[in-house]
Amino acid sequence: MKDEQVIHCEELTKRFGDFYAVNQISFSVSKGEIFGFLGANGAGKTTAMRMLCGLSYPTSGRAYVAGYDVYKNQEKIKQNIGYMSQKFSLYENLTVLENIELFGGIYGLKDKEIRERGAYLIRDLGLEKEAKKMVAALPLGWKQKLAFSVAIFHQPQIVFLDEPTGGVDPITRRQFWDMIYKAADDGITVFVTTHYMDEAEYCGRLSVMVDGEIEALGSPQDLKQRFDAKSMDDVFYQLARGAKRSDS
Amino acid sequence: MNKQAVHIRNLTKTYEKGKVKAVNQVSFEVGKGELFGLIGPDGAGKTTIFRVLATLLNPDSGEVAVEGLDVQRDYHQIRQLIGYMPGKFSLYQDLTIRENIDFFAALFAADIEDNYQVIKPIYEQLAPFADRRAGKLSGGMKQKLALCCALVHKPSILLLDEPTTGVDVVSRREFWDMLNQLKNQGITILVSTPYMDEAMRCERIALIQQGRILSVDTPDQLIRSFPSRLYAAKSADIYHLMLDLRTDPKIESCYAFGEYLHITLKQAYDEEGTPHLIDFARKAGHVEIVVEEIKPGIEDLFIRLTK
Repeated sequence: MKDEQVIHCEELTKRFGDFYAVNQISFSVSKGEIFGFLGANGAGKTTAMRMLCGLSYPTSGRAYVAGYDVYKNQEKIKQNIGYMSQKFSLYENLTVLENIELFGGIYGLKDKEIRERGAYLIRDLGLEKEAKKMVAALPLGWKQKLAFSVAIFHQPQIVFLDEPTGGVDPITRRQFWDMIYKAADDGITVFVTTHYMDEAEYCGRLSVMVDGEIEALGSPQDLKQRFDAKSMDDVFYQLARGAKRSDS
Repeated sequence: MNKQAVHIRNLTKTYEKGKVKAVNQVSFEVGKGELFGLIGPDGAGKTTIFRVLATLLNPDSGEVAVEGLDVQRDYHQIRQLIGYMPGKFSLYQDLTIRENIDFFAALFAADIEDNYQVIKPIYEQLAPFADRRAGKLSGGMKQKLALCCALVHKPSILLLDEPTTGVDVVSRREFWDMLNQLKNQGITILVSTPYMDEAMRCERIALIQQGRILSVDTPDQLIRSFPSRLYAAKSADIYHLMLDLRTDPKIESCYAFGEYLHITLKQAYDEEGTPHLIDFARKAGHVEIVVEEIKPGIEDLFIRLTK
């Protein structure tokens, strides 16, 4: 295994009864890469992500995340990654500052570090006036930006983003991607799922899952050439059109 | 009274005793048989407008009518005329597909046989799973079932609140094809979406942000109203190209858009865009530079209007 590969999986499989949610997927992601993990509803993205985040054991195959084995070192993996999803990311009934303190504490940062980095973060996001407000009172776009900052607060090697920009307005969506680019530029590997195909184009490489398998893998440019498509939207449509599975 | 399918004039709706202005002096009209899109992000006020039209919320002020009927005075009649699909899946998860459809038909005292032509294209896709519980359906199938239930009493107007949110590209395209079929049967459709690319599938759209309408027109007219030239640029290192271009005083805006950056220049430099951008990028040390003038999309206009 090359040392700059922060995610590496070989024939990773998850079976529920006789249903192959994820069927022998293999790919690697390098340090500082923005990797898009696409697929139709029900293709198996969430199941695959759960295994990579150390939340569920594979049925077979191999996978290493941040250098740790997904079978043996789930806890180590959790310490070395950040995670954010559209559905859950911050505690709505805690203030901005309390959320930062809570997550900093969970990831084992020292109080002094939390204070210093927290103050910097709040300044950086321009949230000085909101620091003592409940997260519930923030507009969605701010919440998502804060959630992303909190997900990388402990400076993880990898951050997993599960549809981070759903429903967010076009300007905030772009500010969010500016933050993703910056994090990647700072060496954090970004693993992201999205339903916005223009965002798929922002990824260095991406994979498209269909019915539990990775049907295509490459840079947006490669994939568009390979499928003779004008946009990633068309690539995705060609691949996912024949999908047999779907879920919510 | 106005005979448009939907008539909204100066609608305002606040929450928390006036502290939160969800909808602020909104006006627009939807013609009979029109496919009209309400395009805007979460929190823009789309759902509030739908709930007022569906007679589930009273406006604070303003005039709101559906098929010429007042939403407060004539709510009972309006409920017979509309088919409402809320943003959140709100069918009975424990009932099967067939039972949900029967239930909604019974509520409206509608006869499924009589109205079968309306729901046929959708129902045929659901039929193989008729005995499956709604809670066990996929996202795309749930959405079709909800549409079917909203249509079962043959409404003259459909109110669809973000029917395609969180749904993948394939299901989204299928859903819009279904809406076109319904429009061809003469049903008025008011549909909201946060996906700007879906705007092009509507006859007219209203762009909405923070409770206010930014603009109402056909998608083509709106695009024509874009006030300057738009350039697309890329290079081998697009992130640093973006950071570099943003330091250029001649540039008015520069943001990522798919595989390119989209750029507008200040008015005085608007026409020399392509040579200037190529030159600037080259001097900043970029390679594999591509710059061209392009036609803006709805999302470009939206960004422009909200800046």
